[in-house]
Amino acid sequence: MKNPFLPEKIKILEVIPETSIDYTYVLALDKEVKPGQFFQLSVPGAGEAPISVSDFEDGKLCVTIRKVGRLTNALFALGPGDFLFARGPYGNGFDYRDFAGADLKVIAGGTGLAPVKKLIKTFAGSDSVSSLEVLLGFKTPEDILYGDEVRAWVQSGVATLTVDKADDNWEGNRGLITGYLKNLDLSDRARCKCIVVGPPIMIKFVTAELLLLKVAEDNIWVSLERKMSCGIGKCGHCKIGDAYVCLEGPVFKFSEARRLLD
Amino acid sequence: MGYQLSREQFDSFLARLQEEYRVFGPAVDVDGGALADTDRITYKEVRCLGDLELNRKSYFSPKEIFYPVRETLFRFCQGDTTEPQIDGKKTAIFLRPCDINGIDRLDAIFLKNGPLEDFYYKRRRDKVRFFLIECTTGFDSCFCVSMNANRTELFDVALRFGDEILADVKSPEFEPYFAGLAQKPFEVRFIEKNSKEVRLPGVADITPDLFEHELWKEYSARCIACGRCNTSCITCSCFTMQDVSLGAENQMGERRRIWAGCHVNGFADIAGGHGYRQQKGDRMRFKTMHKIYDYYLRFGKHQCVGCGRCDDVCPQYISFAGCINKVSDVAAER
Ligand SMILES: Cc1cc2nc3c(=O)[nH]c(=O)nc-3n(C[C@H](O)[C@H](O)[C@H](O)COP(=O)(O)OP(=O)(O)OC[C@H]3O[C@@H](n4cnc5c(N)ncnc54)[C@H](O)[C@@H]3O)c2cc1C
Ligand code: SF4
Ligand code: SF4
Ligand code: FES
Repeated sequence: MKNPFLPEKIKILEVIPETSIDYTYVLALDKEVKPGQFFQLSVPGAGEAPISVSDFEDGKLCVTIRKVGRLTNALFALGPGDFLFARGPYGNGFDYRDFAGADLKVIAGGTGLAPVKKLIKTFAGSDSVSSLEVLLGFKTPEDILYGDEVRAWVQSGVATLTVDKADDNWEGNRGLITGYLKNLDLSDRARCKCIVVGPPIMIKFVTAELLLLKVAEDNIWVSLERKMSCGIGKCGHCKIGDAYVCLEGPVFKFSEARRLLD
Repeated sequence: MGYQLSREQFDSFLARLQEEYRVFGPAVDVDGGALADTDRITYKEVRCLGDLELNRKSYFSPKEIFYPVRETLFRFCQGDTTEPQIDGKKTAIFLRPCDINGIDRLDAIFLKNGPLEDFYYKRRRDKVRFFLIECTTGFDSCFCVSMNANRTELFDVALRFGDEILADVKSPEFEPYFAGLAQKPFEVRFIEKNSKEVRLPGVADITPDLFEHELWKEYSARCIACGRCNTSCITCSCFTMQDVSLGAENQMGERRRIWAGCHVNGFADIAGGHGYRQQKGDRMRFKTMHKIYDYYLRFGKHQCVGCGRCDDVCPQYISFAGCINKVSDVAAER
């Protein structure tokens, strides 16, 4: 009998500081995986937590981790050549076929960018979507993740970037992400599909605004965050209504997500 | 095949059974109760008929026999993981129909929810055999009939206890133990009416506005989030992972899981200071909906089996049976 709780030992190849509290780890982890899926990462003795895949290529896989507690503190003490433990991937992830031919809008707040980074990269350079617009919001300029890539997206016109607050040195957009939704080209309602990822409060306001802008709830996707202990439908922490976020999610159509009452 | 045993014959049967099985049943913990000079009935290893407490309901369910309150999943050392072995003996449990049905509800989560089976649950559960205690009268707080959990076919041996003991031996595994004893046809009976009855709301009558209804507010004021209703419940299965470090240098430590409960603080907290269901009334709603609504949507039967233990153990005298009736009343009003 296979034991799904046993993690694999994985080597850290590189650590890229994104902000003072968010680091990207490049891992020697070669698994078939989709954006939006997650791994249960752990450090022996420090704990285990769900962490989204942010990128993958050539047998390497990236995760971007925010230092918030016991496990993530322990992870921050690790460097290239060290090992961590992983099991997964878990969850449904984004299905690229859902977005074929769409006017795709990706709206990401803060660390919500991590689970859709690879998806943005894929669609930015492909004609499988009809068009792509990305709207990114961070608290301050210091909180911006993947600086080089984000700047390139902004320069090429794919992305709009805004920060909630900044000092006078910041020349870009300011204000909450919701304020920029009306700038999105939502004219072809039938073809327009939106992905919304970020903290719960951001998802709440952005989806409400999109509905007001007449985007159909079947054309909005969200990625939900819940406490997770197992990732495989056993521990019960992630259950909402009749759905388990680790099994049927974390990616849900909004029409489905709004039916799930906490 | 049916058999009749004297009490002495039953004791020698139990003695032989213990050579190959660890045998558990409801038994008295003298002075184990919450109040002075009160007993507590719990599941313990039993050696003879006299150890079995057949007239009072157990405070805790038998689930901890094969789903321990705290279980080491594996140990880490220098990057290697080792799983602890478990006792090779099989487990025989004396229990009532509601609890067998409750274990069927646990099986669904651990073995059928999602594509993966729970290794730790399965390896213990595979060893479990059911000795059904015939139950035709129930106890004051039981409502198994309302929950359609009063009958079961999932037993290995069914027993009627009296001056003589009657046994219906269904599983061939146990026939050898009864060979040579007096044969007597016996078919176990099940309770048909409890003193307590609940009215279940129709699944289609549960609508989103019920989630917002003010009936839940009362529980915010009364529930103290002690989690006893979860720990005593035969069908509550949730757990939390916990790592224990035994030395940072070579990453020595162990990963455990411990029971968790949706009524207890922190159950649904996530990073960033956000938590779902902060109000205890919301937790009562979450539990209630799982027990009598959304588990049904996934598995086609209700999770709650009406054992009534949650009502027996709540220090705040919150009645889950009463709550189900309130939900029904509100659902019917509209
Ligand atoms: C599907 C999914 C994908 C995710 N992807 C990512 C990702 O890509 N990157 C990422 O960084 N995170 C991600 N997360 C979140 C991540 O799993 C959590 O941040 C995780 O809790 C971190 O574990 P920890 O042990 O470091 O934190 P914990 O120690 O569990 O702390 C978590 C939170 O609880 C608080 N806390 C801790 N101890 C206490 C206490 N004693 N009392 C009160 N509060 C306390 C902390 O302040 C913190 O806010 C994801 C979560 C999900 C569900
Ligand atoms: S919810 Fe209460 S009555 Fe139902 S199975 Fe659990 S403890 Fe028994
Ligand atoms: S036993 Fe009663 S007080 Fe304790 S958590 Fe359950 S409902 Fe709340
Ligand atoms: S994370 Fe354990 S059930 Fe979903």
